[in-house]
Amino acid sequence: MSTATLMKPQKPWQASTQQRLISASVFLVAAAISYGVVAATPMKGKLAYVFVFFASLSVLDFFFHLVTRGISAAKDAVARTVVAFGICVAVLPIVSILATVFMRGYKGLHFGLFTHDMKLNSVSDPIAQGGLLHALIGSTILVLVALVISLPLGILTAVYMTEIRGRFMRPIKFLVQAMSGVPSIVAGLFILAAVVYPLTKSYSGFVGSLALSILMIPTIARTSEEVLLLIPNDLREAGVALGGTQWRTVAMVVVPAARSGLVTAMILGIARIAGETAPVLLLSGGGDQVNANPFSGPMGSLPFYIWKSYSVGTEESITRAWAAILVLLVIVLVLFISARLLSERRTNK
Amino acid sequence: MTTSENQKDPEKNMQTPSVVSSLGSVAKTQSAPKSPGSQALGVGLEARGVHAWFGDRLVLEDMSLDFWSGTVTALIGPSGCGKSTFIRTLNRMHEFIPGAAMAGSVLLNGQDVYAPGTDVTKIRLKIGMVFQKPNPFPSMTISENVLAGLKLAQIKVENKDDLLQECLERAGLWNEVKDRLGAYGGSLSGGQQQRLCIARSLAVRPEVLLMDEPCSALDPGSTLKIEETISHLSSTMTIIIVTHNMQQAARVSDYTAFFLSDGGPGKMVEVGPTGEIFSRPKDKRTENYVTGRFG
Repeated sequence: MSTATLMKPQKPWQASTQQRLISASVFLVAAAISYGVVAATPMKGKLAYVFVFFASLSVLDFFFHLVTRGISAAKDAVARTVVAFGICVAVLPIVSILATVFMRGYKGLHFGLFTHDMKLNSVSDPIAQGGLLHALIGSTILVLVALVISLPLGILTAVYMTEIRGRFMRPIKFLVQAMSGVPSIVAGLFILAAVVYPLTKSYSGFVGSLALSILMIPTIARTSEEVLLLIPNDLREAGVALGGTQWRTVAMVVVPAARSGLVTAMILGIARIAGETAPVLLLSGGGDQVNANPFSGPMGSLPFYIWKSYSVGTEESITRAWAAILVLLVIVLVLFISARLLSERRTNK
Repeated sequence: MTTSENQKDPEKNMQTPSVVSSLGSVAKTQSAPKSPGSQALGVGLEARGVHAWFGDRLVLEDMSLDFWSGTVTALIGPSGCGKSTFIRTLNRMHEFIPGAAMAGSVLLNGQDVYAPGTDVTKIRLKIGMVFQKPNPFPSMTISENVLAGLKLAQIKVENKDDLLQECLERAGLWNEVKDRLGAYGGSLSGGQQQRLCIARSLAVRPEVLLMDEPCSALDPGSTLKIEETISHLSSTMTIIIVTHNMQQAARVSDYTAFFLSDGGPGKMVEVGPTGEIFSRPKDKRTENYVTGRFG
């Protein structure tokens, strides 16, 4: 037998058990300190624990590594703690939101939510009565119509900015960036003044979608622009060198190559508008019954339902609002994951 | 040989360039290599006093060169001497670079590709190009890649399967991919991808094939395969290959042109049959370069 067969696979670059134990004890000491400090001083709440914990952890880590391994290891340890703190600051609110929505929302969930509307019920009725159907259908139609308007416009804007690079590229880039900061209520008021008062004079889902498109186009255009810029120039040159016109090269080579990124742009656009309340409130009203026609009559939507239920303020209505938030969140999440999976499956094959 | 004698497609009403006459004298001073008798199919592509600029910087000065049909011409020279820029002027890819400018004329079958009113997409159909880095279209399968040029240029063909097989065979790739034509182009190895790109160029039936360092990213085995492909193709079309590999130039080409830049714009030092350039170059600088004494 050669010696090679006696060798066991090892990972000498990883921390040993002893080092791990030491790190864990430093961790525990820091936790104990934070507990003690919060108990001994007038500081209160969970955030105080987090702050004191990270502060004491970085100090302990620094001195421990300074003594055992020198100054650069000590700096490294502090940097690691700071990064971990940053991650917590970024992730905690999201986890907290998800947990709260789930904890409060699941009590209001029942099958009738997806089969009934609120035509015969008020939001203060017992939770088992009435449902979200009108809001679900309304939100879906609002988002789909907005998507049909915004997706081609957004992608074509991005194509203009990355492929055609015409004379108006800079002003358009500037406008798109400025537009992505437009408050949603302003978009709603604009459509109200530009379309509803002079033309339609009534609530409808379509005008709501118009306002949502104003919010959606810049998001799609900016994301698509970044995605199209990532496509290597080689591909454009190859397309043109084969005798394709610029337009056909963009349509057949560049855009398909960017497909998964463009799907992401679409998802971000939908995520941007799915929860918008203000323009919907102004323009689509908020019916309590199913209305599948975007061109006439008030149209319900999930954000509107949430706002209305929550503002009533009874125990039942607030539970309804949380249930609707949970449904909205799950829909956006499912959409996000399925679009991701779809685009990845196509590119990985 | 004048341009009018050489017009193979008079029915294609491209305008005869007026600029040729003014630069004709330049062209005459550059003696074109004599074509071997067996391959005397005429001049397929002629560069006449081609200059190229990027912004204000002249990068290529007064390049006049004839490319004979059915031959392989290698362009050699150190980096930055304008070889790639030169071949990109031949199929009008030069103009894609912002700030690019050019002067002179490029004649394809006697007609100036830069003449006003020329349909540039038709020019690029006739003058195909293979790039330094293999660049198959990532969203397309192998067969879609090969036939992409037809779709891009909106050309109808009777039997796509035959064309697909023919192009892949000519590119020396058929046996390796015939069982997985539906796989994505990106799933091939680098050398196979480059041969796929060659097959893709062949599908639109170009008269001239420009190759910009096609083997620089490939291993010796793939390089050998591509060189075999080049020798197969050269009997039916004009091939112009830029290469940094002097053995490759010696192996595949009939003619070799040596480009050099002395810090300023790139110029052609010498052109001739490959054997002469490598064994008895007329210019001292060519001799230094091909023997590896500099560059």
